[in-house]
Order: sequence, then structure tokens, then C-alpha cells
Amino acid sequence: MSKQIRLKEGADNVLIWLYILLVGIGLLAIFIVQYREQHNLMQVMLKGTYEYGKQLRWLVICGVIATFILLTDSKFFTATANLQYTGGMFFILLTFIFHSTVKGSNSFFGFGKVKLFQPAEFTKLFALLALAKYISRIETDFSKTKDQLTAAAIVLVPAICTILQKETGVALVYFSLFLPMYREGLPGIYLIYVAALGILTVAAFLLNPLLVIGIIAAIALLIILSVKGNRRRAKAIIPKTITFALIGMLFTYLALPTIYNKVLPGHQKQRVIDLFGIDKPAFVTQTTEDDAIEAKKKKASGSEYNVRQSKIAIGSGGFIGKGPLNNTQTRFDFVPEQHTDFIFCSIAEAFGFIGSLVLLSVYFLLLWRIIKVAERQRSAFSRVYAYGVAAIFFFHIFVNLSMTLGLAPVIGIPLPFLSYGGTSLITFTAMLFILIKLDADRQMALR
Amino acid sequence: MSTFNQSRGLVIKLIIGAAFLLLAVRLFQLQVVHKDFGALADNQAYFKKIIVPSRGLLLDREGKKMVENFTVFDLQVTPNAIKGMDTLAFCRIMGIDTATFNKKINDCIHYKNGRSRASVFYQMLSMETQLKLEEKMYAFPGFDLVQRTERTYPFNTGGNVFGYLNEASQAMIDKSGYLQSGEITGINGLERFYDRTLRGERGVEIYIRDGKQRIMDHYKDGKFDTAAVAGRSLKTFMDIKVQQVAENLMANKLGAAVAIEPKTGGIIAMATGPGYDPNLLSGNQKRQNLGRLLTDVTMVTFNFATQGEYQPGSTFKPLGALVALDEGVMTPSSGVGCGGRYNGCGGKGVACHGGGHGGNLRNAMAASCNSYFITTYRRALENPQYNNIQAGYLQWKDYMSKFGLGKKLGIDLPSERGGNIPDTGGKRGLNRTIGTTTWNSCATMTMGIGQDRMLTTPLQMANAMCIVANKGYYYIPHFVDSIVGETKKDTMLARYRKKIETVHIPDSSFDAVIDGMEAVVTSGTARRSAIKGISMCGKTGTAENSFKGKKQEEHSWFVCFAPKDDPKIAVAVCVLNAGQGGQYAAPIASLIVEQYLTDTIKRKSLYNQMANKKIIPGYLKQMKYEQDSAAAYDRFEVTGDSSYIMKYLPPDVLRALKQDSIDAVNRLKPQPVKNEKDSSSIKAKKPNEAVLPKKPLPNVKEKDSVKKKNK
Repeated sequence: MSKQIRLKEGADNVLIWLYILLVGIGLLAIFIVQYREQHNLMQVMLKGTYEYGKQLRWLVICGVIATFILLTDSKFFTATANLQYTGGMFFILLTFIFHSTVKGSNSFFGFGKVKLFQPAEFTKLFALLALAKYISRIETDFSKTKDQLTAAAIVLVPAICTILQKETGVALVYFSLFLPMYREGLPGIYLIYVAALGILTVAAFLLNPLLVIGIIAAIALLIILSVKGNRRRAKAIIPKTITFALIGMLFTYLALPTIYNKVLPGHQKQRVIDLFGIDKPAFVTQTTEDDAIEAKKKKASGSEYNVRQSKIAIGSGGFIGKGPLNNTQTRFDFVPEQHTDFIFCSIAEAFGFIGSLVLLSVYFLLLWRIIKVAERQRSAFSRVYAYGVAAIFFFHIFVNLSMTLGLAPVIGIPLPFLSYGGTSLITFTAMLFILIKLDADRQMALR
Repeated sequence: MSTFNQSRGLVIKLIIGAAFLLLAVRLFQLQVVHKDFGALADNQAYFKKIIVPSRGLLLDREGKKMVENFTVFDLQVTPNAIKGMDTLAFCRIMGIDTATFNKKINDCIHYKNGRSRASVFYQMLSMETQLKLEEKMYAFPGFDLVQRTERTYPFNTGGNVFGYLNEASQAMIDKSGYLQSGEITGINGLERFYDRTLRGERGVEIYIRDGKQRIMDHYKDGKFDTAAVAGRSLKTFMDIKVQQVAENLMANKLGAAVAIEPKTGGIIAMATGPGYDPNLLSGNQKRQNLGRLLTDVTMVTFNFATQGEYQPGSTFKPLGALVALDEGVMTPSSGVGCGGRYNGCGGKGVACHGGGHGGNLRNAMAASCNSYFITTYRRALENPQYNNIQAGYLQWKDYMSKFGLGKKLGIDLPSERGGNIPDTGGKRGLNRTIGTTTWNSCATMTMGIGQDRMLTTPLQMANAMCIVANKGYYYIPHFVDSIVGETKKDTMLARYRKKIETVHIPDSSFDAVIDGMEAVVTSGTARRSAIKGISMCGKTGTAENSFKGKKQEEHSWFVCFAPKDDPKIAVAVCVLNAGQGGQYAAPIASLIVEQYLTDTIKRKSLYNQMANKKIIPGYLKQMKYEQDSAAAYDRFEVTGDSSYIMKYLPPDVLRALKQDSIDAVNRLKPQPVKNEKDSSSIKAKKPNEAVLPKKPLPNVKEKDSVKKKNK
């Protein structure tokens, strides 16, 4: 008994209940896809034959890990943050040499066809801890460029390594860690830069490059004309405007085409242009006939099919859904990657708009609660960490759902607590419970 | 450091809130606003297997099967299920080489149903191949034998009556309300009219299938399946032997022969010339044959009996006489002087067949006296009972309508036409076409002898004979006697079982007319067609007509019924552009009557003579020539193959062309290098050109010459 009291002491009950609710929904989602009348539930549970049986086993393991985390002294995480980060980086680098050759990705640690684990998946937790530790140092000052760069490097080094291992989706998650940095004082102008970059990218895909450059020039000209009268303001603004206009032009005319043509692998190119519903980006001027045929082939069986099936499954759920086990689209293999990345479809098909909205609300409550918890932290480390967890969860939820709803390109990242898969489930569980532990110990002295 | 950034927590919350709002809106859009996804999902997930019941048969009056089903086997293939099979052995059985095999499989993958669903590999296997395959089927994974039924016509007759089967067009699907896309349905004839009875009800079995189109389960164990209901057969009044005789007699001619049983209105036979073998429109060659038959200038698929409208000529006279007798404007013994020409209306008058035969109704009928019947027609119209000519004419038109002329009878075939008895008013009425409202009976006098604006179908004339034979009543002519397994719900036959008594003319008048018609056969214009031992009453007709303003050979008509005292069959025959009624139509009709009443034909030589006689109007030959030469010219234009067009070139043009080509060859000889390029390019363009290898045919000149020849 005494152990149990210690375990729950100070722990945030809301977060724990939300966690249990979400993993329950996740198990249900996999169950209604896989269950057949002839299944013997007892046997499945004991043997772990089907995915829902296996997921149940993973949940038991997660429970053990969560218990261990709650039993660990919270100082452990601060103390070993840099060590963990170093370890994670070590594995990422090791993966360049020892990686399995399955499925075109080089990010899995293993040998030949043997796939062991994906270091980049859990290194994001270590990167978050390291970032929290760096920011919480007393001498760190986010108004200094040097500190900004160091913080960015902590996040970007593993991200770049992961991109080099052809796992763009996982790498993008690291960028969500800029959200806690923003919270801790990274100048807000960066947010505007990112937004501008996003708009520019979309424009470059859809509009003629010359037209885009023309628009940039026109906007720059308008700004310059508007401040011409005021000499002092003009002096401050005109050089900046010209610099940014030039950067924007270079980006549309040189950087983006180079990234698209040279860096992105073929299937990802296809996913991006499928999202925009175009045959080729506007900046790609000429396509050979072979390219066109290739594109057509990919279109017929590629990501467009996934998203189309996903939309059909979600759409056919209607307002109240078809009811569990009547979800024909998700039960019978119409949606690819059904248990992992597209797990949301089965909930949306079986429980309709109402069910989807409930799930969305649960996620929203979770994020809201995490931010609330973050703001009540007394140590910078805990706060940064909490915001980092919120950011990583938010990124996963938003991008995954956008992908299944046809709003974002198909990036293979899981939906937290719902998607089938041991690594992701353990990582998310560990993240959340470390937060709960830190929060439980918030009354202790500042770290 | 932390507190002054607290407002930034709000910004982050706002970003998250906005993102979730976006997701919720998108969900609402997909799940609530957009309605199509449900149907899309059902189409993907449910496989509805259609169970097509066997189609009902058509039986003749003795129960013989005129239209039957036979089972054919198609070979289906599911390309991705072919694994480790002995392709060579398979090809040997099918009698194809491996290249053809590969091509066919590729077609199935790319143009038919794809890799994982079955497509038809070969249609209608021969019995031999099917048996061989059946033995070895286990060795050919991915291939299936699929059973299907096709129509067959054991007597090779009745194409235009039965119609044929084909895939339903979109228009038919929209109109019918029960057909589904891709369904085989009756296109015309009885197959169309009784389609719902013959087809039965299709059954549906619902299965669930997965993302790779594989069938998984029987949905809810068949709770929502519907069972198929077999199509029901139809028993008709037709006598298949009479039908065969009639079709043989009408072969090589244009026109129609209709035989009806007066007491029931049941159609014994309906033959149209030239007609076609309905077996051509069943099975493998259907598509090619259909194209050929539909474009044939002799209109083989046209039902002349119900859709052809012609002037009935003198066959109308019995009806004219009945009207006059009923109106009281003449008696059976009253006579009209005839000097070989009717001059009562001035002008050139109307020619008659000789003179001196207008003494009484019987004689006038036997000799088909035009003067007599124009006079009685005019008397009927100018009957002093009515105030003006229009009223008199309308009264006469009312009689015609009661006789079933000028309106659709309502036979159980689609697309029947109603002929024409003009009205007085309206766009095509007499007042407008004559140009005045004060016309007198002279203006339409030839209507009294079945000419002018009067148009009837052969069916209407046969029906009119039924009225005469029955002395005043008829049943709507129809083919189907009963539905096998008929229930009270089948109301469609009710109207054919209702006696229609519209004309109330005393029997004495009918007797007088029937006497006259008997004289036609015994001593009149149809004496050559009398049948020994059968008292037949008939009337010949020789109808003047024109095509595109040019006068053509007359239509040969004959209407009759027999025997006189107890009529069992009424016949109308119309042979287009064949001349006098007594010459062709009457013998053909009498042979049909003989076959029906005695079950044999004793007058074999007459039968053979009629059956072999070829009467195709000249303008059709011209039309065919134009069509063929134009096709040959098109072929030459497209392929450069001149072998077809040569047939249509006049000899002098041909000779000139040959001389041209010899000259051209001679001209080429001194400077071969310069022209080599030209000649090679010509050669490449027209590889098949044998006669004129070095010079292209002068196109314009040739086109003209083809036209010249046609004129």
C-alpha cells in the first residue's frame, strides 16, 4: 500500500485518466479493424497473435515503464539529460553504418534485413531533455544569437542526421521543439519568417516562378514607397526589405527547385504534388516523357490512393458512424497502413463525426492540460520540457490527422497513443510520465 | 526570465486552438456536408452478384418452341491467379499460340477488369473445346468456365416479330425503370414488348469484398439477398409452319404478309420481306451482323407489316362499299355505268379495268370497277343528310376509324404506326392541303379507291378483313395467347381479350360485300389464286405510288379471308412495287391460306415460282450502288487500296487511267534519279495499288466519274 501512495503522490490525475482513455480508444480502434467472429479472445490475449493482442502486450510493458518512471527520482532526468542525448546521437550515428535495408529507409538500427529499432524515434525525447537542460541554465540568454544557435543546434543535428537517413517525417518532428524555444524568449519574428516561408513554398508550387518573383518585388516596392517620406524609418526598413525580397526570390528560383529535384526522393515528390492536386510543381519547367509516365504510374497506386481511401472511409462514417465492427472500409484492407498511420480512419468510420469530435476533444484537453501543467512549473527545466511534450504531441496529432483528412502530404508519423507500434507507444508514454513525475515533484527546490 | 514570456503561452494556445478548429471543420466537411462517400464506400465494399434467371421462351399455337435458350460457356480469367500453369498445353487446347495468349491476358489486365478480377478470355467456346477444357481445368489456375444462355431460333424465322437481345442502352434504362446498366434486354419485337414477363426477376447476392477486390463473406449470411425469379414463357397464336411459308414467299421482295385468326384476333403469321435469319443476331457474330443488317438498303430489320404505311388501293373497296350500303346511298343491286374511265369530275378522269362491269356490287367488286367505287364514295360524302361536305367526310372518316384505319391498333409489338386518314382541319387536314374550305367530293375522289392521302399498314388491312369476316367486330390483333403460369396480376393481356364492336352495320350489308369478294376469287381479278375446295373471299389492290416524286411500279395488294362460311384466317399481303394485285399478292395470300387450312401446299409449282421471284425496286438497287461505291471511295481515300473502287469506274475512265500510267512510266525512264523520291513516297502511301504503281489516281476526276456512273 505504501508503495502505491508514493506512486500517486502529487501526480496529475487528469493527465493519467486522459492517457488511459486514449490508449483505450487506440486498442478499440485496432480491435474493430481486426476482430473476426472466429477469434478466441482469451487465446489472442495470451499469445498476442493479432495486432490488438500485441498492442495489449505493449500496453502492459508501458505500464511497467510508467511505474518505473514514477518511482524514479525526478533529479535523474535533469542529471542524465546530456548523457542520454549523447547516447541517442551515438545510436543515430551508428545507424549510418549498421542499418537495415528494409523499405528504403536507412533510419532503422539493425543488420541486413533485421530491423531492431529506430534511434531517431526516441532521441527526440533525449533532445527535448537536453534542450530543457540547456535553456534552464542560468547563464543562457535567448536574446543572444549565440545561445539561439546552440539551442537550435541541439535540435537540428539529430534532425539533419535523420533526413540524411531518408526519414523526413520523423525528422520534421524535431522542428516542433522550436515552440518551447519561442515560449522561452526566441524572438517572435522567427514565427513570421516560418509562416512567410510556408506561404512562399505553396505559392511557388502553384504559380509561375516569374509571377511569384514579380509579386515579391511588388510587395517590396510597396513597402519602400510607403516609408519613403520618413527618412529615419526608411533608413531602417529599406535595406531589410531589399534583403528579404532577394532571399525570397532566391528561395523560389533556386533553393526550392534544387531541394525538390535533388534532395526529395521520388515518392515524397509525388506526395507533395498529390496534396496540391497538380501534375508537377510550377517551377519544374520541363518534364521528359518518361517522367510523365512515371508520375502516372505512381499516381495510380501511390499516396493519392491512400488519401482517397482514407477520405472515403472517414466520409462514409457520416454523422453518427456505422457502428463498431460495421466499418467495412477499414475492416477490409481498403485503407493502407490501417493500424499505424491511418488508424484514425477506423474511429471516424465506426463512430462518425460525433466520435471523431470526441477524440479530437480528448486530444485538445490533453494538450490544454499539459500547457496548464507547464505554466505552473517553478523550474525552467520542467516548463521547457512540458512545452516540448506539448509541441511534440501537437505536431504528431495535427500532421497525422491532416494527412488522413487530405490536408497535408502523406508523412509517415504515428498518432500518439492510438497508432499500433511498440516504439512509438513507449516513447509517448515515457514522455508523458516523465512530465507527470516532474510535475509531481514541482514543489521541490528549483533545479 | 520566464514570467515576462507568459503571454507567449497564450499565443501557443491560440495556435493549437486554431489547428484543432481547422481539423474539426474539415471533419465536418467530409463527414456531414459531403454525401458521396457513403455510396463510394458501399460500391467498394459490397459486391452485388447478379443472378440472371433464364429467359422465357416463345411457343407457337401447338406448343412448339420458336425461340429457345441454349447454354454457352465463356472462359474467364483472373490474371493474377495464373500461377505455374502449363501455358503450352492450354494454348494447344484453345488452338492459339503463346503470343496470342499473352496479348489476350494483357488485354484483360489493361482494358477489361484488371489483374485481380475475372474478365472474359474467350466467348462461346465450341462444345469440343469446352469438354477438353473441363477435363483439364484443375491444371489451369485462374481460369473459370462460366455458363451463360443465348437465344436460338430452331426454325430460322420470325426475326422481325421476335426481335433480338442486346445490352440495354442508357435511354432504355432511364425509361424502363427496371433495367440495370449492362443488362441484356429485348431490343424490339415481342422480346421488347414482353420484356418484363420474359426476363423474370434478377436475384442479388450481396458479398463483402476487401481492398484487393477479393470476395470475403456472404453479407449477413444472405439475409439481404433476393432470389431470382425465372422468366415466363409466352404461348402465341403463331403457326410456325405458316410463318415459315409466309417468310419464304416474301423472301427477295419488299413488303409484308399478315395472317390473323378473325375469331380471336390472334396473329397466325407475320412475315416481312426480305427479312433475315434471327440466328444471325445471336451469339458471336451478333455485332458484325447487326451492323450489316441495320444498314442494308432493303431494310431487312424494318417491320413492313406494322410500320410500313402504303395506299391500300382497291383492297379498300369492300370497306367503301360497306359505308355506302350503311349510309343508304346505294343498294347491292344498284349499278353505275362505266365506259372504261371515270369522268364524273372532269379532267382526264380515272382509268378503269375495261368497261361494262358496273352493273351491280358483285360485278363491280369482282372487276374492281373504279367508276363504281368513286361514285359510291362521292355519294357517301355528299349525302344530303349532312349539311356540308366536311360533315359528310367526317362521318366517312368515323367509319374508317371504326374499321381500324388511321389510328394505331395497339398490337403487342413496339413502334406500331397508324397510317393516315386525313382530318378536315389542322395542319395536314384537307381544308389546308386542298387550299379551300368549299371543296367538293371530287377533290378527294381517289380516296374512294384507296389512293391519294389514304395510308394503311398491312396489319390494319388484315384487321379490316377480320371485321368483314366477323361481320362487325374484331379483337385487337396480337401474338400472345397466354403467359405460361399466368396469374391475376398479369393484366397486360386483358385488352386483347375484349371484343371490340364498333361498326353496327346489318349482316345483310356484310353478306352483299362478302358475296362480291367471293366473286373476286371465283371469277374476278384473283381467279388464278382460287384454292380447290376452299371458298375464299378476297380483294386485289394495285396501288399507285411514287418515290421522291417519281412514279414507281404499283404496290401489289391482296386481302382475303377463308373459308367464307366459317372464317378461320384473314390475310393481307402487300408486295411493294410488284405490279398488279392479282399477280403476286393474291397467289402469296392464297398459299398462306392453303397452308393454314390444309396444313400442306399442293400447288408446289406456284409456291416455288412465288418464292423464287425477286422483286427489288430499281431505286433501291441504285441506292445500294451509291452506298457501295461511296464506301469503296472512302476505303480508297483511307487505305489507298484501289481494288474496290476499280469495280465502279466506267471503262473509258479506266482505259484513260491505264494509258496515263503507261505514259508516266515512259516519262520516268530518262530521269530516274530525280523522280525516285516521288515514286517511293507514293509507293509508301499506297502499298496495295497494283494497277497504277507510279502515279496517284487523280482523285477529283475519279470522284466525278463515280458520280456520273451512278446517275
